[in-house]
Amino acid sequence: MATVISLSRVSMEFPALEGAGTVKALDNIDFDFRSGEFVVALGASGCGKTTLLNVIAGFLTPTSGEILNHGHPITGPGRDRGVVFQKHALLPWLNVVENTEFGLMLQGIPASERRRRAQENLSLVGLSDFQRYPIYQLSGGMQQRVGLARALTCDPDMLLMDEPLGALDAFTRENMQELILRVWKATDKVVFFITHSVEEALFMATRLVVMSPRPGRITHEYSLDFCHRFLEIGDARKIKSSTEFIRMREEILSIIHGEEVDEIADTTAAGGAP
Amino acid sequence: MSLNPFARKASLPIVDQYGAPGRGNSTFISLVTIVVILGGWWLITHLELIRPLFLPSPEMVISKFNKIACTSHYTEVFLVFIGALDEVSAPCHGFSEHALHEHILWSLYRVFTSFFLAAITAIPIGVAMGMSRFTRGVFDPPIEFYRPIPPLAYLPLTIIWFGIGESGKIFLIYLACFAPIAINARAGVRSVSIEQIHAAYSMGASRGQVIRQVVIKAALPEILTGMRVAIAFGWTTLVAAEMVAAKAGIGVMVLNAARFLATDIVFLGIVVIGAVAFVFDLAMRRLEKSLVPWKGKV
Ligand SMILES: Nc1ncnc2c1ncn2[C@@H]1O[C@H](COP(=O)(O)OP(=O)(O)OP(=O)(O)O)[C@@H](O)[C@H]1O
Ligand SMILES: [Mg+2]
Repeated sequence: MATVISLSRVSMEFPALEGAGTVKALDNIDFDFRSGEFVVALGASGCGKTTLLNVIAGFLTPTSGEILNHGHPITGPGRDRGVVFQKHALLPWLNVVENTEFGLMLQGIPASERRRRAQENLSLVGLSDFQRYPIYQLSGGMQQRVGLARALTCDPDMLLMDEPLGALDAFTRENMQELILRVWKATDKVVFFITHSVEEALFMATRLVVMSPRPGRITHEYSLDFCHRFLEIGDARKIKSSTEFIRMREEILSIIHGEEVDEIADTTAAGGAP
Repeated sequence: MSLNPFARKASLPIVDQYGAPGRGNSTFISLVTIVVILGGWWLITHLELIRPLFLPSPEMVISKFNKIACTSHYTEVFLVFIGALDEVSAPCHGFSEHALHEHILWSLYRVFTSFFLAAITAIPIGVAMGMSRFTRGVFDPPIEFYRPIPPLAYLPLTIIWFGIGESGKIFLIYLACFAPIAINARAGVRSVSIEQIHAAYSMGASRGQVIRQVVIKAALPEILTGMRVAIAFGWTTLVAAEMVAAKAGIGVMVLNAARFLATDIVFLGIVVIGAVAFVFDLAMRRLEKSLVPWKGKV
């Protein structure tokens, strides 16, 4: 499989709040995104997941290390890397279809052509009937789907999603997981997906990375195929309740939980020291 | 099978939320207030509690209106036009050598020229102040310095600089309109979310496109608020501007009337300024509704 994005020894430091020293949000990350992959990052709050995504998207320049995009260094955001945000970030003065075709409008693509491509992607996310709706009259899940359709319409090589389902209820969330997997299959993009939910991570990933905070590192990596199995049989509940899935879930939960226990132990030890 | 696992409709009826501050319609109450004020005015003047020099009766103001607006003159002009009358006999004296509509048009001309000039300069400057450190650094001190100064205080300066012609008056009103538009445009730029900007860049937008397609649009609600405030400031400054050697204008009318203690004309002028300002505020609100329907909803 061809490497799309390649990170080598990428570190990102932010100035710490008290002025003394820095926060190492990313510490020597080495990672390759290969074509066809669905990479999910999982980890406690503050372990650098968003920072990693921002660095790949080009919104942040790492303090050190190198990120190559098809062999060329990343210097800023670009059309080849579409982003779906946690809060939709749609433009409220445009309706659903105008939001979806926004990227093509920026490129100066003729109106009829961009309308056609936007409509294709809206039907892919099941919003054909809502093209003329203003954004603020859509539910949270629908807004998130417009965000997805908008990113797809620019036809990027890679989709970056930062907790896109974080604000949704459990039912909508499961539907969106299935939708995103089907879209991924249909469009064949590399996906980088951030979540707090272990179950979501296991279900969706072909490769799962578990990160730990301070300094932000990738501590565990898994190759998974629950998503492929879902795309074959189409029954998400059956997969999520299989013994293998549950075993994996408990294993990862204990890793994350273990880290937290360590950290609390560290803090108490430090606090208790004279 | 479609990929759509959802089938919910997304139409939201507009219902007052429980506990929403100030919920409910207040139109009727406002109408009652207006009736009470007008009724009180009528009653006080008819009971002759206050001398007409201080408070003329509604009828006196209406008859002054008819006289200055040359109502009968123009009615006859209209009748001649449609062939119902042979010639116009009613005279038209107006006040200060101009009929009411001429006063109004002169004032409208001054306020709107200034407002227009302010809008086309203050919007770009305000947006630039929001977007660039340099522009903000340059324009912040002068704007913040002159903004709280009452226009009457620098009125003499505009006379020294521009003389007593139209340009000085327009400059004075222009200054009054400029600050609120620039300040609101600048604040509006801040209301764009960083995610919206990031989204645009990652769809291949240039910096110019981000400013034109995202930042200015996001700032539009606040720019319009600024324009509304500005036009109100414009009317406020109008009388001051017309104090200096103006021949016509509602401000002139009021000032001249005060000199002759013609209280009824002063009243008329005040009512006309209030009415015209009110109509334009209403128009601005309509414009706001149609231009920025998303305001306050996201
Ligand atoms: N712009 C910034 N300035 C300073 N520190 C930052 C900045 N952005 C992130 N950090 C710090 O970097 C660390 C990682 O933050 P990041 O947002 O990447 O975490 P995260 O894994 O996305 O967390 P969450 O799951 O809560 O979104 C945190 O300690 C945070 O305080
Ligand atoms: Mg985050």
